Amino acid sequence: MKQRTVLDGPEIHRALTRIAHEVLEANKGPGGLVLLGVPTRGVPLAARLAEAIARIEPNADASALAGALDITMHRDDLRSGRLRSAEPTHIPGGTIDGRTVVLVDDVLFSGRSVRAALDAVSAIGRPEAVRLAVLVDRGHRRLPIRADHVGKNIPSALDERVGVRVREIDGADAVTITGPDTDGTSGDSAQGEAP
Amino acid sequence: MNSTLIRAARMPDGTRGDIAIVDGLFADPADAVSPSTVIDADGLLALPGLVDMHTHLREPGREDAETVLTGSRAAAAGGYTAVHAMANTSPVADTAGVVEQVHRLGRAAGFTQVVPVGAVTVGLEGSTLAELGAMADSGARVRMFSDDGHCVWDPLVMRRALEYVKAFDGIIAQHAQEPRLTEGAQMNEGAVSAQLGLPGWPAVAEESIIARDVLLAEHVGSRLHVCHVSTAGSVELIRWAKARGIRVTAEVTPHHLILTDEEVRSYDPVFKVNPPLRTEEDVHALRAALADGTIDVVGTDHAPHPAEHKCVEWTAAAMGMVGMETALPVVAHAMADLDFSASDLARVMSARPAQIAGLTHHGSLQIGTGANLVLVEQDAAHTVDPDLHATMGRNSPFRGRTLGTRIVDTFLFGQRVYAAGALGAPLAFTEAGPWND
Amino acid sequence: MKHLLSTADLSRIEAIELLDTAEEMSLVSTREVKKLPVLRGLTVVNLFFEDSTRTRISFEAAAKRLSADVITFSAKGSSVSKGESLQDTAQTLSAMGADGVVIRHSGSGAPHRLATSGWIDAPVVNAGDGTHEHPTQALLDAFTLRRVLAGLPASGPADGARGLALDGAVVGIVGDILHSRVARSNVHLLTTLGARVVLIAPPTLLPIGADTWQCDIAYDLDAAIAEHSFDVVMMLRVQQERMQQAFFPTAREYARRWGLTDTRARALPAHCAIMHPGPMNRGFEIGAAAADSPRAVVLDQVANGVSVRMSVLYRLLTGQSAAAGGREGQS
Repeated sequence: MKQRTVLDGPEIHRALTRIAHEVLEANKGPGGLVLLGVPTRGVPLAARLAEAIARIEPNADASALAGALDITMHRDDLRSGRLRSAEPTHIPGGTIDGRTVVLVDDVLFSGRSVRAALDAVSAIGRPEAVRLAVLVDRGHRRLPIRADHVGKNIPSALDERVGVRVREIDGADAVTITGPDTDGTSGDSAQGEAP
Repeated sequence: MNSTLIRAARMPDGTRGDIAIVDGLFADPADAVSPSTVIDADGLLALPGLVDMHTHLREPGREDAETVLTGSRAAAAGGYTAVHAMANTSPVADTAGVVEQVHRLGRAAGFTQVVPVGAVTVGLEGSTLAELGAMADSGARVRMFSDDGHCVWDPLVMRRALEYVKAFDGIIAQHAQEPRLTEGAQMNEGAVSAQLGLPGWPAVAEESIIARDVLLAEHVGSRLHVCHVSTAGSVELIRWAKARGIRVTAEVTPHHLILTDEEVRSYDPVFKVNPPLRTEEDVHALRAALADGTIDVVGTDHAPHPAEHKCVEWTAAAMGMVGMETALPVVAHAMADLDFSASDLARVMSARPAQIAGLTHHGSLQIGTGANLVLVEQDAAHTVDPDLHATMGRNSPFRGRTLGTRIVDTFLFGQRVYAAGALGAPLAFTEAGPWND
Repeated sequence: MKHLLSTADLSRIEAIELLDTAEEMSLVSTREVKKLPVLRGLTVVNLFFEDSTRTRISFEAAAKRLSADVITFSAKGSSVSKGESLQDTAQTLSAMGADGVVIRHSGSGAPHRLATSGWIDAPVVNAGDGTHEHPTQALLDAFTLRRVLAGLPASGPADGARGLALDGAVVGIVGDILHSRVARSNVHLLTTLGARVVLIAPPTLLPIGADTWQCDIAYDLDAAIAEHSFDVVMMLRVQQERMQQAFFPTAREYARRWGLTDTRARALPAHCAIMHPGPMNRGFEIGAAAADSPRAVVLDQVANGVSVRMSVLYRLLTGQSAAAGGREGQS
């Protein structure tokens, strides 16, 4: 089983900083922004993105920018997959109405999570716009979805596993690719989406 | 001369020997020269034909549950050569006409001797004595009377019944259940009922009636038989009464010797029975009482029910279990850990019940008496499958259990009504015959 | 967890997860779209053999908020009285394609029988059976109690209860324990979650065998209030028919000895909440002042009932066993 690291800690930091600039540029500043991380690893990434924005825009308050959006109840595989517990949803400022929501996720793969997230967004309000920021885009889309902000495009084979580790959850930052493994186990906790 | 020789059977006392049958009676093997049938019973245990003091044959009235014929076949398959058909039929067996009908149906069936039990009170209602004398004088010659299913609750009615049957050496078989204490009762009252939220049937509801009845029996000098004793407390009361010389006999069912109220946790109504399954402690007390003779007999309380009365929720289900075809193996299994020999088995399942009920041709292997006999194979492990039973009832609580004793042959007055594990030809109860004695 | 028949079947972890999911569900009712697509295309059958408008409506609302189709089948009395066995009913439901069955029945064990007989394959939720159990009522009680203990609003959206149990809480359950399915379910669930339960009742209304339960038992309500620092007291409804059955001499005597009178309510610790599964007999088991005080969380219990039942339906009707091979899908 071969594993190689495609992004290390400093590279992740630089990618997030760049995305922060892109988000601010696209939104013409921090006004009306809300960054909603998709659990599990999208949540700390959204918080870091908010911190990066706050470093750039001294008037912006990171904790007022970042939140979490649970998509469990909107998934399309609830009946076929394992039993899933909902994660908390936290909307900074209490509402998304009229604001620009930036969905933050670790890996963009089939696009199914993003579809679920879009449904989850519309169930809780009516934002001005929704944008998508991901740390890694590994291709193999199954739905007509694309990211507005990408940390790194990583071409991958379907039978490879793309793992994202974040220090808040996993103790260290890294994005790795693992070759096909025969025993079905993996050292990484995040696999990206199923195709 | 029609004769059968059964060779090399093991007797209840442990000896081995031949058994001869000539014209429906046990005979000296020396007299059975050139027998028409020879059966090799090597390795089989011979017991006198079993006698059930407590059977529900359902006919007349509930022929969808059981008929005298199907119940008789079940008796033969279970090794029973005489069964007492309880009176809670429809119409109730509270007149000479109904008991004679049951008696006649039993003879027509020919698989076991069906002895009707008469109701104590009209319609089992507990208020007016039925015509006990007329039933005793009838062709059915009823000696045992019971309102089984209902308790003769009124102490004065019970006293009168006990007294009245002395005239023809009758016996009252009491279903001991204080009705007020068991209104709506669904199972034994205790830790399990508390958890399951099912209304409880307390032991005291049985024991208080037994206590009253043994004192009544003592006072009027009558015979009392207590049906299906189910609690340790009842055992103590009966032991006390016997020590005092009171003429009381007692019965226990096979299921109360082996099952406890823990079974109810499944909420499967196959375990719903009256009196209810009790606790482990009760089970052990009942076994000990059966071994030491405090409890005289095993009665099956065979109670077939159609599926629709059991394929329902617990609280709506009928009470009762079938049992004739599993009784002997279950009792042997239950008593395996006690000092309980084959002759004890013969005592509690044949000799004592025959004696209490006054059946002279049953209960022994004595030469000159009716050739009522069962051959059983011990250490013949088999799994109970009620779907294969002769009874119409499928409500056996022993489904899937492995039991070690198997009925091989049943002889009814010499007729091999159950032969090598399958039903044989019935006996023709002709006008003349030892069964008329 | 295939069925929810008894709270005795719930592990501590399962119970906490159910309450946590219910917390998420409670947010739905505050949203613009009060519906989740979770059970879209699934049919939930409400099988009510016993009248209970409140519970039936609560389950209906829960199923509908999860986008399930709901069929309500009300058949008062036993199935046998209609000449139809429980087996027939179950097989009919199965043929109709029920994906989940919520059953309320006057006979203890009927849900258990439905679930274990093999007549139907769908998950079964016990919505109250005889005098046995009422698991979703206990879950909503636990949910409400957990909020109260955490100093959070007793119902509605709130943050901070997730992951918590009820360790150290002292709960008094007062009244007709003998006939109470709510009490049985609560004894199991609350103790599983670490609470200490004290049952207080006239001896006639305690089941023989209750001494084997994991709880304390007391006959004297005043002494119990003095002895225990209750975090909540749960007043059980006493059915009118008990009056005729000689369980206690008169309603007045019952109210005097076991009712939550205004005096007793004042004797409770300041933080102690008052619960009642409803509907209340005011002036009998509970005085007007107690029933209407801010400490009474009776309406919160009702509100939480929908969230808890959504959580139960969600957990029973979604997800397959790991053997079905669900991949670690969308992260």
